Amino acid sequence: MSELLLSVLRIGFLIALWWFVLTVVSVLRRDLQAPRDAKPLTPARTVQRPSPRATLRARKTSTQLVIVEGALRGTVVPLGSSPIVIGRASDATIVLDDDFVSTHHARLTPNGNHWIVEDLGSTNGTYIDKTRVSTPTVFKPGTQLRIGKTSMELSS
Amino acid sequence: MTETLNRYRVSTRRSAELVLLVGAWLIGVFAWILVDSATGESSFGGWTSLLSAGLLLLIAHGVVRWQAPYADPLLLPSVAALNMLGLAMIHRLDIAATQRAISNGSPMPTPDVYLQLTWMLLGLVAFILILIFVTDHRRLQRFTFTAGFAGIVLLFIPLLPFIGSEINGARLWINILGFSFQPGELAKVALTIFFAGFLVSRRHSLALIHNKILGVGVPRAKDLGPLILVWLAALLVLILERDLGTSLLLFGLFIVMLYVATGRRSWVLIGATLLTVGGGLAYLAFGHVRVRFDVWLDPFADANGSGFQIVQSLYGFANGGIFGTGWGQGYPQLVPFAKTDFITSALGEELGLMGLIAILLLFAIVVERGARAAVATRDPFGNLLAIGLTAVIGLQTFIVIGGVTRLVPLTGLTTPFLSYGGSSLVANYIIIAMLIRISNAARAPEVSDADLVMRQDDRDD
Repeated sequence: MSELLLSVLRIGFLIALWWFVLTVVSVLRRDLQAPRDAKPLTPARTVQRPSPRATLRARKTSTQLVIVEGALRGTVVPLGSSPIVIGRASDATIVLDDDFVSTHHARLTPNGNHWIVEDLGSTNGTYIDKTRVSTPTVFKPGTQLRIGKTSMELSS
Repeated sequence: MTETLNRYRVSTRRSAELVLLVGAWLIGVFAWILVDSATGESSFGGWTSLLSAGLLLLIAHGVVRWQAPYADPLLLPSVAALNMLGLAMIHRLDIAATQRAISNGSPMPTPDVYLQLTWMLLGLVAFILILIFVTDHRRLQRFTFTAGFAGIVLLFIPLLPFIGSEINGARLWINILGFSFQPGELAKVALTIFFAGFLVSRRHSLALIHNKILGVGVPRAKDLGPLILVWLAALLVLILERDLGTSLLLFGLFIVMLYVATGRRSWVLIGATLLTVGGGLAYLAFGHVRVRFDVWLDPFADANGSGFQIVQSLYGFANGGIFGTGWGQGYPQLVPFAKTDFITSALGEELGLMGLIAILLLFAIVVERGARAAVATRDPFGNLLAIGLTAVIGLQTFIVIGGVTRLVPLTGLTTPFLSYGGSSLVANYIIIAMLIRISNAARAPEVSDADLVMRQDDRDD
């Protein structure tokens, strides 16, 4: 085979290889844009009623409560969409066997994407980080809720 | 009503996958033709090999359509292109070996490309079986500890007498019925399942609960103990087998998965520190580590001895330049182990920098798609498993190509999908099958059309 033909084929193969790679990349790009393109197709109807996707996503933001300090250390409590009560009483959602904890000590209530902490008139107080909770307070992920000897954190 | 439903229908892009798969096959055919025409060889019966490879890929595509219709469309074509390029390069090196045998008058070597094709068949059979039998990746979580145990056993098998065999100073192979197999390649898949399953159940405790030791938060032994045990056992076995590449791979995998599971950057720092300390100790303790390290720092100090391989590889890259010498027109056979560890240097010589960048982009695309499947999956086990499997491919590519190009010390691993080596090919097709399974779960619509009809009927009441 002649030198010229060989070098044409040599470059031709590289072009073919790059054409393949760029086609893959273009499919990848279209794939990434797909959700954005699909948006205008879902009209006002979905605004009136939340789409099934949206409700699923909202349910997904619900978090878990991890006990990081105290007798129940390491326990993970899944949080649903209903309020939970923490206290010494057997009917509390999280029962803490601790002399510094009142019978019904504190309540966690979901509000949108947040969890609200309320002190239920406890003797020794409920703390978020170092601040005592006197009014209903937002419990942010990354802060610690302390009740008696027990500390807990929110986690996704 | 039907109009509303169509808006929820997701494009599966299966046809794009088919077109790209045919493209990948044609690239391989093109390469094969160029090899034959440049070397003047065409007696290898290449067409049957090429057609059977194409048929296998088509069957694999059919199984994806049937078993994982929403799966990522780019994973299979990308690895198919890499596999086809690898086959063409092994074929090309076979021809070089035959020509040398003729000029030396030594006995004809058996071509390796047919064996590699057989392994490709086995790899794709494994791929198909995984897609058919693992219908839900979450079921693998049940086998967390079984997988951990299996991983250690697989790593340990080559050390046993009689079936284990030592090749080139490393004891990594077993011989069964004339086939040699490297069980460590399958072990990395099993250990990824173990790490993912274990970390998923402990990630909260690992991220949040610490015992303070000297002011540094250290996780409880209960949370991390089993993981450390399995990992140390794996490293110990690999040190006994003198397999640097796989130990580096498992170490990196371990750090990546801890980081992803807990989201704590301190793990990366701890990992980097341990790697430096471990590497330093290995340098002092083992002669073969010291040789690798010295060759990395100055390969030309002993260019005809210990540095020979890497020096030849660098000359190969230099000879290839930007556009390469063209298929069959360079001298990649001069590098020892050009078919396995140094296939990148063979491809770099004949396809040049442009070809090598295209190949690296294909690896990057595989890693990107794997990571995307990991992010998009809804269950935490799937997240961790996908990121672990992706990390295995990404790290392995980095370790071996970095070694060949003298970016990091050479440790010796196969290049995924390109290198000659059956166990690696089978293990990597298993990894891709699992990623396809996870991406199918991630991309499938959350609500089926039938569900949607029922929901809307409820609301309309």
